[in-house]
Amino acid sequence: MTLLDLTRRTLMASAAALALGLGAAPVAAQTPANVLIVGQIAEPKALDPAAVTAVNDFRILMNVFDGLVRYKDGTLEVEPALATEWTISEDGTVYTFTLREGVRFHDGAPFDAAAVKFNFDRMLDETHPYHDTGPFPLAFFFSAVESVEAVDDRTVQFTLNAPYAPFLSNLAYPTGLLVSPLSVETHGADVGRNPAGTGPFRFVEWRSNEAVVVEANADYWDGAPALEAVVFRPITDANTRTAEMLAGGIDLMVEVPPVALSEFAGDGFTVHEQAGPHVWFLILNAKEGPFADKRVRQAANYAINKEALVNDVLEGTAEVAAGPTPPAFAWAYNEALEPYPYDPDKARALLAEAGAEGAELTFYVTEGGSGMLDPVAMGTAIQADLTAVGLNVRIETYEWNTFLGEVNPGLEGKADMAEMAWMTNDPDTLPFLALRTEAWPDKGGFNSGYYSNPEVDRLLEAARVATDQDERARLYKEMQAIVQEDAPWVFVANWKQNAVTNDRVGNFALQPSFFLLLDEVVKN
Amino acid sequence: MGSYILTRLLSAIPVLLGLSVIVFLIMAMIPGDPATAILGSYATPENVAKLNRDLGLDKPLVQRYFIWLGNMLQGDFGRSFSLNRPVLDEVAERFGATLVLAGTAFVICSALGVAAGVVSAARQYGAADKAITFAVLLGISIPSFFLGMMMILIFAVNLRLFPVSGMWPIYGARDAAALLRHLTLPALALSVVATGVIARLARSAMLEVLRQDFVRTARAKGVHERGVIWRHALRAAMVSIIPVLGIQAGFVLSGAVYIEIVFQWPGVGRMLVDAILKRDILLVQGGVVLVAACYVMFNIAVDVAQSLLDPRIRT
Repeated sequence: MTLLDLTRRTLMASAAALALGLGAAPVAAQTPANVLIVGQIAEPKALDPAAVTAVNDFRILMNVFDGLVRYKDGTLEVEPALATEWTISEDGTVYTFTLREGVRFHDGAPFDAAAVKFNFDRMLDETHPYHDTGPFPLAFFFSAVESVEAVDDRTVQFTLNAPYAPFLSNLAYPTGLLVSPLSVETHGADVGRNPAGTGPFRFVEWRSNEAVVVEANADYWDGAPALEAVVFRPITDANTRTAEMLAGGIDLMVEVPPVALSEFAGDGFTVHEQAGPHVWFLILNAKEGPFADKRVRQAANYAINKEALVNDVLEGTAEVAAGPTPPAFAWAYNEALEPYPYDPDKARALLAEAGAEGAELTFYVTEGGSGMLDPVAMGTAIQADLTAVGLNVRIETYEWNTFLGEVNPGLEGKADMAEMAWMTNDPDTLPFLALRTEAWPDKGGFNSGYYSNPEVDRLLEAARVATDQDERARLYKEMQAIVQEDAPWVFVANWKQNAVTNDRVGNFALQPSFFLLLDEVVKN
Repeated sequence: MGSYILTRLLSAIPVLLGLSVIVFLIMAMIPGDPATAILGSYATPENVAKLNRDLGLDKPLVQRYFIWLGNMLQGDFGRSFSLNRPVLDEVAERFGATLVLAGTAFVICSALGVAAGVVSAARQYGAADKAITFAVLLGISIPSFFLGMMMILIFAVNLRLFPVSGMWPIYGARDAAALLRHLTLPALALSVVATGVIARLARSAMLEVLRQDFVRTARAKGVHERGVIWRHALRAAMVSIIPVLGIQAGFVLSGAVYIEIVFQWPGVGRMLVDAILKRDILLVQGGVVLVAACYVMFNIAVDVAQSLLDPRIRT
């Protein structure tokens, strides 16, 4: 026998073994009915609503926990949840909630006023025995809360140190979801891996880097969900997530990359879209350099072709933004505002008027980051548009956390413009933190471009303490008109979040809050 | 032999200490702190300072290093704040997954690579040699993550022969067959480049040996050609092949990072990438130190194996 014979035989043997292995492997099993498999973008940090900050974690939490209030289906308006009603004192500082009867946490503990007090004290009171189960990075959402008192079993009273209009909306945010006190006492810092809430689904298991499994809570106060169970799978790579969706390994996929949308155009899949409270903008350095002149800031707004950005770069996954407040806040949005049109001639004229032709600009661009969409491609397109009207733009690109470390302390002495995006739950948050004079970086805010207009400051302060929604709406609308005219930012896009479901899934709709609510969903 | 192993083990201590200093300093100097990463849009200086205090990151650098080192020597690697669980648990679990993947890929590339190299050398300039050389060149030139994506498209999405991603089925038994099904594509994708490299080196090592006198003597004594190649020549060639295998084991281990991301394999490489992006300092530091310790141990094992084959190395 020669060497070649042997090799050939070995090869054939191994080929046969391989074929046998393939034959023995059944085709990827079909996922069971009534069990929804969700493709998530990352492994959750924890299933403790007080301890997490990421939308990815919120998508699970909103199905396991409830808060005192929640957003009405399809809106960003607050409606009762675990509280059936509430009253607000005349001066806007005392909120009294009546709690729903007969609700129990998944671990059997009763839901009562003491449980509500426990949740907020744990987060806010540094002397609370379970405060060390944190840290609680978003506790400042409730920094206005001075005390929480259980008046009786079914009544809980929040006293604020000053009127704070976004309070109810913050209670509807995941940071306000209520955890079983018993689960915290039993598991301590590990409560995030052993969650117990009151929501439509109860936690079953968490297999690290594989899946979080929740099952239907038959006793849910708002009606048991149609699904038997939901499995959340973390699939960080967007291409792999797309492949899993195509192969039937998952039934629902969130955050579909724009370039992959065409894969799901055919039968068998449904693409869902929903505009949310998101705004993508450019911070302009209004303190120094060319953008200290309002005309140059307006010129930038005219020069950038936002239609092309949302249609070509973002493949229609966003809409052109008109001002600082996203339209998803329907009640507070100024419908009268039109986006700056794409008008390079007008931009050139304004630049000539301001004597800023050929100005050198430094532009901070990020490589990625929460809500930043496709920041490198967008940055490049924006650079091209600005170059076309005679500005010299130099891009500096940073990884997201490095980028935040550069931008948040302020652009002074470093850059003229920077990309930024925000997703918020109340029309107060972004302008209050990023447009007031009191929010300059040295005062602890996010006004990294040093915009300052006393009238805007006054309107925002007044809107924050007004508890009447119509009055707040009027103040916000006035603020938007002034800010649009002053152009401290280039208003670029409002993102429409998207998701894909396969044809086995029904009754699914995305929410403007960006939360994923699955209690109505069915799967065949 | 015992003292040789002991010397090699002792020499690993300064390596690991130095490494701990380097990884600690890199994580301290890298722009963007964990509090900013956690808070995202809400990272006001005030919030960042408070969270850094809660995370124990407000102490001086040197003090933080010695606290970390001291805890580590007692077996306490701290708690990952991005995953909210002990670093050691997470790394142990994820490293197991990586070893399964990289180990399988290593077995594939060693066996295939050496076999291809030997066949190539034995048939120098023959058809088999040319075919293998071509295949090897192709394999070395394709980036593994691209190959991985193509394999997913063809074998998982279109043919549906294998699952797209993950290590275990979401439903059904977690047995060897299930693991094998999930392992096949990533292990193959990971082994391709290393197979090529090993095959090339094995071929030249074999050619070198086949020219030597003892091979001619063996042939003259009437030893069967198969025996000459596989028993006499290969054994001699292994002395120069084994160090290459050791180096390739390192490449397979580090190459696993890409494959783990493409196939969503729950391994330590993907863990480290996520941890770096989230600035999860303790997880990065602990993960790197533990992985490096394993790598150093593996290298010592390779050296020992080589010294068994060739006693001259021990001195």
